[in-house]
Amino acid sequence: MIEIRRIVTMVEDIHHEFGPPPPQPLRRGAIAAVLTNPFAGRYEAHILPMMEALNPVGIDMARRLLVAMAVPADRIEGYGKGAIVGAAGELEHGALWHVPGGYAMRELLGWKGDAKAYAAGKSGDPKPSQPVSSDSRASQPGNALAIVPSTKKVGPPGAALDVPLTHINASYVRSHFDAIEVRVPGAPAADEVVYILTMSTGPRVHERVGGLRAADIAQWNGLR
Amino acid sequence: MPAQIRKLIVTTDETRIEMGRAIDPPAKRAVAVAVIANPYAGRYAEALDELIAIGEELGGLLGRKCVDALGIQPGQAHSYGKAAIVGEAGELEHAAAILHPKLGAPLRAAVEKGAALVPSAKKMGTLGTAIDVPLGHKDAAFVRSHFDAIEARVSDAPRANEIVVAVAVTSSGRPLARVGGLQVSEIKGEDGLR
Repeated sequence: MIEIRRIVTMVEDIHHEFGPPPPQPLRRGAIAAVLTNPFAGRYEAHILPMMEALNPVGIDMARRLLVAMAVPADRIEGYGKGAIVGAAGELEHGALWHVPGGYAMRELLGWKGDAKAYAAGKSGDPKPSQPVSSDSRASQPGNALAIVPSTKKVGPPGAALDVPLTHINASYVRSHFDAIEVRVPGAPAADEVVYILTMSTGPRVHERVGGLRAADIAQWNGLR
Repeated sequence: MPAQIRKLIVTTDETRIEMGRAIDPPAKRAVAVAVIANPYAGRYAEALDELIAIGEELGGLLGRKCVDALGIQPGQAHSYGKAAIVGEAGELEHAAAILHPKLGAPLRAAVEKGAALVPSAKKMGTLGTAIDVPLGHKDAAFVRSHFDAIEARVSDAPRANEIVVAVAVTSSGRPLARVGGLQVSEIKGEDGLR
């Protein structure tokens, strides 16, 4: 069921955007795997076996992306995922990426929850230790607590997808709301799907519009 | 003055299957891109020395980035190419100043040898403009299996006063090369052509 034709990785260092450069540039990365769409050209009611089959693909892609970014897992602060389905497929084929893509990155970045519950669509998230102490870091139950944001579309070869990025532990951290454009020249062909994972090492390079700070995450519920 | 680099982007492209046929080992290409400030934006300058120096700096930097991303030793590189996109407050000659006088020598050092001409492309462009970076074998320009191109594009560059500079390196030819011509095994590598 899994046939990978191409793998494209991209790593970018953003030194500045015409403001004061931070001491360390922001590093963002994306990996895109071009797979044959086994359901191309027809309506197939039962597509869930593909979701299961994508699990090792997601894990391999997450690892490859981290290697390409050349930083330890604890430097990753933002993540996202996406899919571009070729013209002979349907949007729902892109949705197969939700569990395998999200889970693979969260696991790699230190999520300590219940994988089976996660696959079934329940939270499975670990609970913060009680009571939440005044030292909020002490209550942090593992890492990668936030939902992995996503976009998907049906598109032609070379279609660009803006893949969202948000903070890995709290979706409301405003400094980390971002997106990275991902595009594979020549793919997806009509009978292909491009599955994408993205990660970043920090906030937007000159973030300054307030909101929840990463340092102020306290609830450890994936949101705040 | 060294290049004022706003962004550095390194992309690798690995083909494992082409037209249903397994490519083993996979065909691998890398392209490294720098987004730099154009020191001559908005005015005519007769001498373009700063850009010539920037070309020398980027030839080594971007060449090494490609080799690292491919996970190869410098001597294992097969083909190379270079390109530039000048933002609208610059002129096409600015791309020439970066690409032609001095970029080649440090790029050749990054891939070892490099007897052949480094094929190039240049254009004026705007944010998200794509450029097809030509590729040719680094030691013999006539090797037909290695004529190729890889697309480089930065979604937010070049802004008007910027230049996008790309260097591409591969560790293979095209995935299913089969249109004859000079073969890698026949390279003499003396004159850069055959």
